Amino acid sequence: MTTTFTLDAREIRRQFPFFQPHSEMRSVVYLDNAATTQKPYAVIEAVSNFWAHHNANVHRGGHGAGAKASELYEAARARVAQFLNAREPAEIVFTRGTTEAINLVASSWGEAFVKAGDEIIVTEMEHHANLLPWMRLAEKQGAHLKVWRITDDGRLNLDDLERLLTERTRLVAVSHISNVLGTVNPVAAICQRAHAAGALCLVDAAQSVAHLPVDVRATDCDFLAFSGHKAYGPTGIGVLYAKRALLEATPPYHVGGGMVQIVRWDRLVWAEPPAKFEAGTPPIGEAVGLHAALDFIDAIGRDAIERYERELTAYALERLQEVPDLRLHGPIPDRAGIFAFSLGEIHPHDIATVLDTRDVAIRSGLHCAHPLGERLGGATARASLAIYNDTQHIDALIDALHEARRIFGRV
Amino acid sequence: MTTLNELYQEIILDHYRQPRGRGELEPPKITQEGFNPSCGDEVILDLRARDGRIEDIRFRGRGCSISQASASMLTEAMQGKTLDEARALIQQVLALVKGEAEGDLDTLGDIAALAGVRHFPVRVKCATLAWHALDEALEQLG
Repeated sequence: MTTTFTLDAREIRRQFPFFQPHSEMRSVVYLDNAATTQKPYAVIEAVSNFWAHHNANVHRGGHGAGAKASELYEAARARVAQFLNAREPAEIVFTRGTTEAINLVASSWGEAFVKAGDEIIVTEMEHHANLLPWMRLAEKQGAHLKVWRITDDGRLNLDDLERLLTERTRLVAVSHISNVLGTVNPVAAICQRAHAAGALCLVDAAQSVAHLPVDVRATDCDFLAFSGHKAYGPTGIGVLYAKRALLEATPPYHVGGGMVQIVRWDRLVWAEPPAKFEAGTPPIGEAVGLHAALDFIDAIGRDAIERYERELTAYALERLQEVPDLRLHGPIPDRAGIFAFSLGEIHPHDIATVLDTRDVAIRSGLHCAHPLGERLGGATARASLAIYNDTQHIDALIDALHEARRIFGRV
Repeated sequence: MTTLNELYQEIILDHYRQPRGRGELEPPKITQEGFNPSCGDEVILDLRARDGRIEDIRFRGRGCSISQASASMLTEAMQGKTLDEARALIQQVLALVKGEAEGDLDTLGDIAALAGVRHFPVRVKCATLAWHALDEALEQLG
C-alpha cells in the first residue's frame, strides 16, 4: 500500500519520554490510547514546574504565591474555553474527569429538572460513564430511559432518534466518538434534532477532543465532557462545558469550601458558576498540565491531527482486513482510529496476552460498555491510535495477530 | 520453554478445546457464578455434595482459554473430593498461579500446567475465577 502521510510520527515521539531510548517502555508499541495517552515532556514539565515553584491554594491565600496559583488555574480554564470555542471561561467547570462531569450533570441538573414520567435518551454505544448516571437518575426520578439502538454496522440513524424523541424527552446523551466502535457521531445534527423536540443534548467527548476539532458553539451542545488524560494531559482533571444559563439554573453538586458566597445559620448563597461547582481544593497542578496538553495539541494542529490519524486509520483498516478470521466491529471505512475486533474463536484476553509478549499493548474485554458488548457478542480486543503511532506500529500489531493465530491455530 | 509457551501449554489448550465437566446438574444442587466484569469471563458451577463429599460438579461459561481450561481442570479434580480436601486444593491452586506454591507439584496432575500463569499477573484472575467460585459454593454448604 502506497499511502503518503502528511505527518512524521517519529518527530512527535521525540516529544515523549515514554518513547525515548532510555525509557523502560521504549520497545512498547502503544496502541491503548483510548484508555489513556502518553504524556509529552511539555505536560510533565508544566506539572512539575507548578509543584516545584508555584504551589499554593487558589482563591484563598492573602499572599503572592496564592495569587500566582489562582492566575495559572484560571488561565487553564480560559485555555479550555478557547480550545472548545466556548463563549466565556465561566462555562468551563473543572472536574476529576469525564465520569465526574457527567455525574455532576445527572445529579445536579437531572434531579432538579428531570421529573417522573420524563424521558432520557442514551445510545446503545455509550461507555458506562455516559450510561450509569442516566440509569440511576431515571430510577431515582421515575423517569424513562430510552435506548437509541445502533445499526448493524455500528452507526446511529437520525431517523431512529426522531422516533424516540417526544415532548417528554429532557435530554439526549451521546458520545462524540465511540470508545469501542470508533464511530464518529454527527453530534451537531443530533443536538439540532434534540433541540427541535425541546430536549437538551450532552456530548461525551472523551474520545474526540485529542483527535479532531471540537467546537461547542458549532455543535450547539448544552453539555460536553472530556478527560485530560486521554488528551495527552494528566489524570485527575476533566472538563464539563455547559451553557452559562444552564450552569446558573443548576443547583450545586458537592458543597463545601470555595463554592459559596454567604454562609449564615439561616442563609446560604452559592457562588456564581463555575466556582459553584468546584467545592474544595481543585486539581490545580493537573489543570496546569491540561493547559500544556492543549497547547501541545494545537501546536500540531487539530486539522493536521485529524488528517494524519485518518490516513493511519485507512492503513490500519486495510492491514486488519488482511488477517484471516478477523472480524472488525464498527463502520468501515468512515471512522476514528479505534478498532475493536475478534479473531476467529480466540478469546480477546488470549489475543492481548500474545500481543503483550511481543510488546504490542492493546486492551481486551468489554471496554466499560457492557450493553454494547452484549450486542457485539461478548468481549473484544481493541487497538486505538494516537498522533505518535505510525505504520510500523500497525505492522507490529498485524504480525502479532498472525502469531496468535499460529498458537491457537486449532482452537 | 518461553513464558508464552509455558502459559499456553498443550494441556491447557486441550482442556480449552475439549472441556471436561461441561454442563449442568439437575437439582438438588448448589449453583455459584463467577464473573470478571472487566473482561467478561464467566464461569457457572453446579455442585452436588453428599456425606461431606463432592458427588458431582459441572461448569458452564464463556471466556478466555485460561479461565475455561482452569474450570475444566477444576471439575475433573474435584469429583469425589471431601469438602476439606476441596478447600485445601483451592488454596494450593491459588498459591500455584501466584507463584507461591511450595512442595511437590506432581500430585496436582493437569492442574500443574496452570503454574505458567504466574508470569502473567494480569491473567491470574482468569485462572482463579472458577476456584474462587467453588470457594464461595463451599461456603454456601457451610
